[in-house]
Amino acid sequence: MSEVLYLAGENLISPIVLSFALGLIAALARSDLSIPEAAAKALSIYLLFAIGFKGGVSVADHGIDLSLGQSLVAGIVLSAITPLIAFLLLQLLSKMDRLNAAAVAGHYGSISIVTFVAATSVLENRGLSSEGYMVAVAAAMEAPAILSALWLASRDGSGKKMDKELWREIFLNGSIVLLIGSFLIGWITGPKGLAEIDSFIVAPFKGVLCLFLLDMGLLAGRGMKSGRGAVGIGAIAFGILMPIIGSLLGLLCAFLLGLSVGGSMLLMVLSASASYIAVPAAMRVALPEANPSIYLTLSLGVTFPFNLVLGIPLYLTLAQAFIGG
Amino acid sequence: MQTHAAKRVEITIERVMQSRLTDALSAAGVTGYTILPVYGGSGRSGPWSRSGQVSKAGGMVQVVCIIRPDRLDALLESAFAVVERHIGVVCITDCDVLRAERF
Repeated sequence: MSEVLYLAGENLISPIVLSFALGLIAALARSDLSIPEAAAKALSIYLLFAIGFKGGVSVADHGIDLSLGQSLVAGIVLSAITPLIAFLLLQLLSKMDRLNAAAVAGHYGSISIVTFVAATSVLENRGLSSEGYMVAVAAAMEAPAILSALWLASRDGSGKKMDKELWREIFLNGSIVLLIGSFLIGWITGPKGLAEIDSFIVAPFKGVLCLFLLDMGLLAGRGMKSGRGAVGIGAIAFGILMPIIGSLLGLLCAFLLGLSVGGSMLLMVLSASASYIAVPAAMRVALPEANPSIYLTLSLGVTFPFNLVLGIPLYLTLAQAFIGG
Repeated sequence: MQTHAAKRVEITIERVMQSRLTDALSAAGVTGYTILPVYGGSGRSGPWSRSGQVSKAGGMVQVVCIIRPDRLDALLESAFAVVERHIGVVCITDCDVLRAERF
């Protein structure tokens, strides 16, 4: 426990978390600080490209084995079953109707790539390495949860029938294409390719991440203000409990797969995080009657800050305790 | 100068539905439209703003069409099929255009 608190304290005064806190406070205090939409998109493109590229280079450097395929399958399974657990937990803890519960559950099966990026940054700070292909696992975990959520919603006749366009949007959404594409570029070009562009994608990475988290803080703060009253105590408890449950599922899978401490922590983070980019867009198309204030407030206003401040140190401590290192 | 009566249809809709709406308009023979970004606003679902958004989920766009009055029903039917279940506003106003053959 003291290790978790020490790590949490250290994490709390990192530039990344403090940038998030600045955005959050600015939004709650109704400051006019804002990041333009185009700039926020550019920052997210940079982060996705950099993290994908570095993951690909790591795979090129260390080679691949059977564990890549196994990890991808584990990620897909985790993404598909987590919404079912989230749905049950949500119905247990809150009086949320079935449609909104299904929409929220979908967010918790999918992933938050920024939480993943923040976790890789913590690993780097502590000198821990991880399996480079975890980036591909992250991409693989984006979509299955959406299908599970739609299945949950369809059980009482709600939701929209999946059309070709929706399938295309889910599987070819920009973040998946960029993450997989940059991963492949990194894999193909290897350390030589990285050497050519490292001054662009390595050195500025943490600074860009700070700016992006400032934006996330602003969005979370605005979401908390506008979503006040949309979620009750039970749902907020869900927003904190569910990532812990998800991380334990991730830990179990990591143990069975024989991942490193760093890889285990990243799989825990992926299982614990909740989407706020891909899934909300899919839910707006497929389940427009579900209230976005509920799922965005929980995902961005409760679970994201929890993971960023306390979750990541907790998952790292658990990974070190159970996997070793 | 000679002007011609036309209808201006403004459809404010969630950004995620933009391509579906324009596809439906094209299928209904409405090939001329303009898409405008909407910065922010407030409605039954609460206030929202485009600033800082990285997901398509949070934004709105406005699709503006100017058409001949006799084509209005076809446009509205195809648009309504898309926007029916979604957040948005459909607004129709009378307007005059200079070159009727373009609409």
